[in-house]
Amino acid sequence: MAGETASDADIEAIRKLYGFDRPILVQYVDWLQRAISGDLGKSYYFRTDVSALIGERLPTTMTLGVSAITFAILFSVPLGVAAAIRPNSIIDRIALFLSVMGQALPSFWFALMLIILLSVNLRLLPTSGSDSWLHFVMPTVVLGYYAAPAIMRLTRTGMLEVLSTDYIRTARAKGLRPGVVLFKHALRNAIIPVVSLAAVQFGFMLGGSIVVETIFALHGAGFLAWESITRNDLPTVQGLILVFSLFYIVLTFLADLLNAWLDPRIRIS
Amino acid sequence: MSDSVLDVKNLSVDIPLAEGILHAVDGIDIHVDKGETLCIVGESGCGKSLTSLAIMDLLPKKAIRRMERLDLAGTSILDYSERQMSDIRGSKMGMIFQEPMTSLNPAFTIGNQMIETLQRHRNMTGVAARDIAKGMLEKVGITAADQRLNQYPHQLSGGLRQRVMIAMTLLCEPELIIADEPTTALDVTIQAQILLLLQELQSEFDMGLILITHDLGVVARIATRVAVMYAGQIVEQGTVKQIFDNPMHPYTRGLMRCIPVPGKTKPGEPLGSIPGMVPSLVGKFTGCRFADRCNLVNDACRKSDIELRAESGKTQGYRCIIDAKEMAKVS
Amino acid sequence: MPATDEVKLDDALKLGSLTKKIKGHQGMVIGSVIVFTVIAIALLAPLLAPHDPYQQDLMKRLLPPVWDSRGSWEHIFGTDHLGRDYLSRLIYGARISLLIGIGAAIISGLIGTIMGVMAGYFGGRVDMVVTFLITVRLSMPVVLVALAVVAIVGGSLQVVITVLGLLLWDRFAVVMRSSTLQVRSMDYVAAAQAVGCSVSRVLMTEVMPNVVNNLIVITTIEIAHAIILEAALSFLGLGVQPPLPSWGLMVSEGKDMMLFEPWLITIPGVALFLLVLAINLMGDGVRDITAPENRN
Repeated sequence: MAGETASDADIEAIRKLYGFDRPILVQYVDWLQRAISGDLGKSYYFRTDVSALIGERLPTTMTLGVSAITFAILFSVPLGVAAAIRPNSIIDRIALFLSVMGQALPSFWFALMLIILLSVNLRLLPTSGSDSWLHFVMPTVVLGYYAAPAIMRLTRTGMLEVLSTDYIRTARAKGLRPGVVLFKHALRNAIIPVVSLAAVQFGFMLGGSIVVETIFALHGAGFLAWESITRNDLPTVQGLILVFSLFYIVLTFLADLLNAWLDPRIRIS
Repeated sequence: MSDSVLDVKNLSVDIPLAEGILHAVDGIDIHVDKGETLCIVGESGCGKSLTSLAIMDLLPKKAIRRMERLDLAGTSILDYSERQMSDIRGSKMGMIFQEPMTSLNPAFTIGNQMIETLQRHRNMTGVAARDIAKGMLEKVGITAADQRLNQYPHQLSGGLRQRVMIAMTLLCEPELIIADEPTTALDVTIQAQILLLLQELQSEFDMGLILITHDLGVVARIATRVAVMYAGQIVEQGTVKQIFDNPMHPYTRGLMRCIPVPGKTKPGEPLGSIPGMVPSLVGKFTGCRFADRCNLVNDACRKSDIELRAESGKTQGYRCIIDAKEMAKVS
Repeated sequence: MPATDEVKLDDALKLGSLTKKIKGHQGMVIGSVIVFTVIAIALLAPLLAPHDPYQQDLMKRLLPPVWDSRGSWEHIFGTDHLGRDYLSRLIYGARISLLIGIGAAIISGLIGTIMGVMAGYFGGRVDMVVTFLITVRLSMPVVLVALAVVAIVGGSLQVVITVLGLLLWDRFAVVMRSSTLQVRSMDYVAAAQAVGCSVSRVLMTEVMPNVVNNLIVITTIEIAHAIILEAALSFLGLGVQPPLPSWGLMVSEGKDMMLFEPWLITIPGVALFLLVLAINLMGDGVRDITAPENRN
């Protein structure tokens, strides 16, 4: 922070100013106390309040995260259902194949390959920035595909299990139409664990956003994380870790709530 | 018009397995009239559940069903498409299953699941449908029907759930109801109530009822006619009085000896049992399937397939090479 | 047959049917072949690599691979921006990926297993503490924390292995805890029945195989996890440092030239993909084969 040519006296002055001369533990407790009241300190690099900084960048990351998880769900759930209806068929094999491939694909490499393919060769999408919704297409896919295999597998397993239950047999015996049996009766039960999984995966996307936003130059919280880490901007990094962790906790809690709300057996007891 | 509710001729169900084809059901004929209760009795694995699923066309995908005739209230439904079958399932014929604890969808209210049947088959919704559902719940003996409609299955006991199942099956007043061991999973006291309920409803709606069970006590209580199944075949059939007073087939006789009969069985007398095991039905099987366990067996029994011997004029029939006179001599 | 013969026959039959199941599982076979090939390549790197992976030759910068019209057999996969042979770097890069994967898995495995077993065995307060630690760990953004730590301490192979090892232990802990709890309940049941040596029999035949299977599956998951994380960290510049030929780092170094020299990022990317895929397939294979439904 003092710059590379600072003298010893300058460094000492900065130390005193920022309180670095106090023991680490005291510094940390002090930070915690202020954090609880919403004051996350000032960014070394940006010279503004960390909370304001994060607050400014967070919406972009949230937008990205929401569209990524939506993409993952819209892609995986129908695939999982189709695979469960016809086990060991072509669609089932394709679904499992895609899931295995998706789990092995490194996200940063996938991002670069997409950029080469869609931006450069085909000139379909812009490479960086966040001006229009088009800028979010590739980042959404790159952030979302990683959650897709787990969601697909859980949907498939859940549907397979549900489709062999007695109440599905009853639904068929009542003469209900196949679509109703499948979507009203079967999916409604199979989807319960998937919803909680999606909530948890949404949390993981925060971590994944660091790589994605950095590659696509989206000015969100993930990019901020990378910027502040490479610049040793400690308050911002601490603030971000706190915010991210809080999100995880809230999302896990939300996942439990959703579970309970969707399953009447848990809700009413 | 004919009173016939169900007419099945030569029904067989085959299940392809790795080891060969399992002939689970072989050449069954079933006939049920209005107001009649046919009990299909047999031990586990004899094919009685598969028979009922075959009639409803609800067999698992791998199973292959074959029959010469399948008439429901005079109309042939043998070649009905899945769409046509789903139209009559729940409206013209209904099925009640064994496990009330798991037969209802835990995610929806009782009312929701009942009304959807009415919506599907009678195009009814809203208050009108709800009233009918409520009325049916009351008819099966459920009090506070209005509240029950808003409850979820897990809030009801097993006996109550089975009543709901019965009510749900009756909503569209079907001609035929197949009940697959409807009381097996219930307490003995509840069993009696449910059976009584089924009887009352049957006479009120003038339906045909097929009741599948392994419990001869249930048969004695509720049956008009009885079909005894063994290893995929019907080995004896007749009126309930004929079967209990004068069982002909050695298997039926063996079954009768296994249950204590008040008045007949002396106290302290050991109950009978039938030695041996059901034969494997994979691949081709010739001869009597009961041969290995029969005390009257001789070589001729295994040589060729045995037809159901129908005594002309009488409604009783049994599958054995020994004729009626001989059979009467043997105890 | 005397008892020992029977046991040997049993084992032989089990091994035979096991091999049969393994052969029948395509994914597992492919995965294992690839993994063992990569391990062999990594071990034999000095013999296999045609050039020194660190040797620069600025006259031969950015040569394309052999399948391009301008490529040559001298540099089969071409050269990077400093003229270093890409194939050699790829081969030595396998060492890095495997070292990191296995190293991190060993560390996290040890930590997680110890924590899990202690929690399951002692129960009570110990269990509460361990569960609390697991919850804390689960609410941490792993990538962010790893990046931050490496930024503070400085990036290197050892640092990355240590950091990942200290962060990826949660699944181990969870699984070992539940397995230990299972063993404990068997203890009580057996004590209640007062049957002596059959407790250890049950342990060996029922619980241990279950525990070992789960351990193997989790280990493969975490190895793959560590490999991908290191690649991402190195890609961002906060992992293994140049001039080490980490595959993630190679992609990062080739990023600026990827439009005209795409092989710089496709080759290490494909390598990463194949290795992780193979490890996952092996893990899936172990899980499928040893699933309780498949046991006779």
